[in-house]
Amino acid sequence: MAEPMKIRATLQGDVADVRILMLHPMETGQRKDAKGDIVPLHFIQNVVVTHNGKVVLDAQWSQAISRNPFLGLRVKGAKAGDKIGVTWTDNKGDKRTDEAAVAAAAS
Amino acid sequence: MPKLRGGLAAVAFVCLVANAHGQSADPMAVGRQMLAEDNPGELWVERGKMLFYQKRGPKNTSLETCDFGLGPGKLEGAYAQLPRYFADTDKVQDVESRLVTCMVNLQGFTYQQAIKDHFGTLDRMSDIEGLVAFIASRSNGMTMNVPLIHQKEYDTYKAGEYIFYRRNGPTDFACITCHGDDNKRIRLQDLPNMTDRKQIQAVAASWPAYLGTKSTVLTMQNRLYECIWQMRLPDLGYLSDMSVALTSYLNRQGNGAVIQAPGVKR
Repeated sequence: MAEPMKIRATLQGDVADVRILMLHPMETGQRKDAKGDIVPLHFIQNVVVTHNGKVVLDAQWSQAISRNPFLGLRVKGAKAGDKIGVTWTDNKGDKRTDEAAVAAAAS
Repeated sequence: MPKLRGGLAAVAFVCLVANAHGQSADPMAVGRQMLAEDNPGELWVERGKMLFYQKRGPKNTSLETCDFGLGPGKLEGAYAQLPRYFADTDKVQDVESRLVTCMVNLQGFTYQQAIKDHFGTLDRMSDIEGLVAFIASRSNGMTMNVPLIHQKEYDTYKAGEYIFYRRNGPTDFACITCHGDDNKRIRLQDLPNMTDRKQIQAVAASWPAYLGTKSTVLTMQNRLYECIWQMRLPDLGYLSDMSVALTSYLNRQGNGAVIQAPGVKR
């Protein structure tokens, strides 16, 4: 079940401050459930951030990233209205893509 | 618990930075501020919004006509006036008991189905937590204003006050034992002094809240359940009169607080 992400992008000068919240269990493979069985590894393996379709970040993640992860980055040369796209893929092949427009700087 | 260790390291780092700059009197506040800006509780609000407008249950209806005290479907400011008396159930209800009433009456769930999985765990999310986060967030920026107009509202409030001060159980604990003085802690966690208006307002304004250590949003019912468990008392019944009475007392004491839900906690 890939739930939607929450993406916020605000302009600060010519740099867009991008903040992404993802909903994901990020199981480490070490936790045991109520029955004592090990909960299998389940984590986001790959995160790609695009700016108007151009890849600006391509990250490989491990199970060391926390549950419901937060990712923040700054994109240079962004303008208000530009599209920031985020795609994650986890180790079970589950995938989710969301998009947000860069908002003008809050005055 | 790698998650916990990461959190401690992050807090330690923040302390170092704050001390180096010599700016902050309360170094923990810097960390809390950083957490608040990127509150994963927002994801629960989104999920709750989706669930609220979705047609669910045997009657295949949404919760849009649910009356939280200000009229059917009116959510703005409703949470700020809960718990309150509802004539149709002849009861004082908090946001969660009211929500369950609507799930039963409007959507046709049985009571047991509605309260199934009321507290989320690491293995599954709770629908109620999402819905409560959404409903509470519709009162953001508004002032907590719990009414004590109906006799039952007053009685419930008084019962809550009694329970708050009443010492119970094997350890002879009352809520006031931990929440009656300034600057008390359990390990590193600051305990709010709930006899102080400012501090109780901060509590009333920030629940339901996302807890980093639990990776989920906790509702007030869930929080009180944990308090009672920590006091080694018998389990607090979900939506029980006792939990509503305590919520009524605490929220009323927090009147005047500007709601900012969901909060974010350690």
